[in-house]
Amino acid sequence: MGAVVTGTTSAVVTAQLRGNRRDVVGSLFAAGLLGALLLSLLILVVLLWEVFRTGWPVLADRGVGFLTAGPSSVPASAGIGAALAGSLAMMVIVALVAFPFGIGAAVYLEEYARDTRVTRFVATNVRNLAGVPSIVYGILGLVLFVEVLNRVIDIHDTGSLLSGGLTLAVLVLPIVIITTSEALRAVPRSLREAAFGVGATRWEVIRHHVLPAAAPGILTGTVLSLARAFGETAPLLLVGAVNGFFATGDAGVIERLLRSPYSALPVQILAWTTVPNEAFKALAAAAILVMMAILLVVNGVAIWLRNRYERTW
Amino acid sequence: MARPAAVLTAADLRGGSARRRREAAIRRLFGAAAAVSVVISAIIVIALVGRAIDFLRQIQPAWLVAEGWFPRRNEFSIPTLAAGSLIVAGIAMLIAAPLGLASAIYLSEYARPRARRVLKPIVELLAGLPSIVVAFFALTVISPDVVQRIFSSATFFNMMAAGVGVGILSVSLVATVAEDALRAVPRSLREGAYGLGARRRTTSLRVVVPAATSGIMAALILGLSRAIGETMVVLIVAGGTGGSLFTVNPLGPGQTATGAMAALAIGSDQVRGSSAAFASLFFVGLLLFTVTFVLNLMSERFVRRARRHG
Repeated sequence: MGAVVTGTTSAVVTAQLRGNRRDVVGSLFAAGLLGALLLSLLILVVLLWEVFRTGWPVLADRGVGFLTAGPSSVPASAGIGAALAGSLAMMVIVALVAFPFGIGAAVYLEEYARDTRVTRFVATNVRNLAGVPSIVYGILGLVLFVEVLNRVIDIHDTGSLLSGGLTLAVLVLPIVIITTSEALRAVPRSLREAAFGVGATRWEVIRHHVLPAAAPGILTGTVLSLARAFGETAPLLLVGAVNGFFATGDAGVIERLLRSPYSALPVQILAWTTVPNEAFKALAAAAILVMMAILLVVNGVAIWLRNRYERTW
Repeated sequence: MARPAAVLTAADLRGGSARRRREAAIRRLFGAAAAVSVVISAIIVIALVGRAIDFLRQIQPAWLVAEGWFPRRNEFSIPTLAAGSLIVAGIAMLIAAPLGLASAIYLSEYARPRARRVLKPIVELLAGLPSIVVAFFALTVISPDVVQRIFSSATFFNMMAAGVGVGILSVSLVATVAEDALRAVPRSLREGAYGLGARRRTTSLRVVVPAATSGIMAALILGLSRAIGETMVVLIVAGGTGGSLFTVNPLGPGQTATGAMAALAIGSDQVRGSSAAFASLFFVGLLLFTVTFVLNLMSERFVRRARRHG
């Protein structure tokens, strides 16, 4: 061959097979794909920078005061104290309700249920529930929790936080079931069979072998579902609606949101974002920074847990 | 003791009755937890259908095809909401489909393992972005600095900015589901193509992508379903909180099904006094639930077909 190619054998062979022509279109195609990926990431970066630029002065200026101050119609004294407390309280409710039911349902579907039509129906149902728009869960919360709870026990003032938390719990329940199912399925059959072989009952197998082995995956899934619930806004609008938003006829959105008996961080951000006033926009950005910081910590913990305890079989 | 040794029956292996009772109780407990999910979907359907029928009883059919969506004026134009939802979701998919699919092909076919380990989690991080954050971004940046700069006729609140925001939220879902589908294509297909002398681009586009069609369709349908169900971006940026006339102009304000529900919930269109207005919440909710449910079932069918052929 005429062309003198230096380098490794594979480079030589590649060059000769290609006839020393560069695949320009192919390179452009690859660059285009990478460009699309980087564009998606660039949007994320611009978004974070914009929020940081707008919100950081407020955080730097007010410090801890911003985290503890309650709602106010004066930007300089308004804070996220009540909203943060509401969000954290609802996360406790989500953890108490969604985790036991979700993990229990997954254990039943994976460990107990035979592969019948009913089982498949339930599994399909769970996957579909995960895809239902979150605002529809708000309707469920409105009908089931707010109206029923108010009829059964008169909890008009404090109950709204409860109905909000329960609504979010129902919202993330399918996610908890799906991630827990995946974690259980990753535990090899041989582990179960060994335990059955030495005379363990099904519950003993689950309790002593399957659940401990699947724990890292289950933990990651539950923590991620908490993060999802933490950032959710739309369903809370419906669950809070009955108690607060309708009560003050002609006031602005912010007044209604601020006077409602409970608040949550994303709802507070919505209220501040919709006020046509730059000072409140800065407050919204600062609140978003706090929310993103919390979500980053939560997601970081989930990833750390997975890496720390994950086993491959 | 007196029994002959070495003859064991099934009864001997079953364990004590207390142990068996406990096992049965625990099994019932887990079964009840699984039943909760079915109960929840049943309640959603019952609540929506019952209240939607109440709404239809209160109104005249002509109100559903009025000139716009103004609940307090008894104008419940469903075409207005359908057009708004389709425009916003359509714009969102114009962004999410190419970006998501290109990212998926790059991650699955081009990226080196080390690059993939870094890039994939970041793409997934986009999926965890709360929609209220993107809504804020759409209002403060996308609408004034992007949409209004490109289209001078765009109003400050417009469906284009809402669609772009919703698209950003859907990219990650399309990318991750499509990437899973591409990676599920057996290696042997790629190696067969390479063996015939195909380049990487030819292999990706002519062999891997066609083999993963079902999974890619599932990804696109899931993205569309997510886009139709997205609420906060539309509520804040689309400008339909006070109601909207029927419109197909993406550069002007409009109202979607989700936006209409959220506006009813926060009462920014002041629905007090008109009982039909609040009831319309459930009717729109039922429509939204039905559409997304059908889309999710379709994507599930595509996923199952992909699994059978893969």
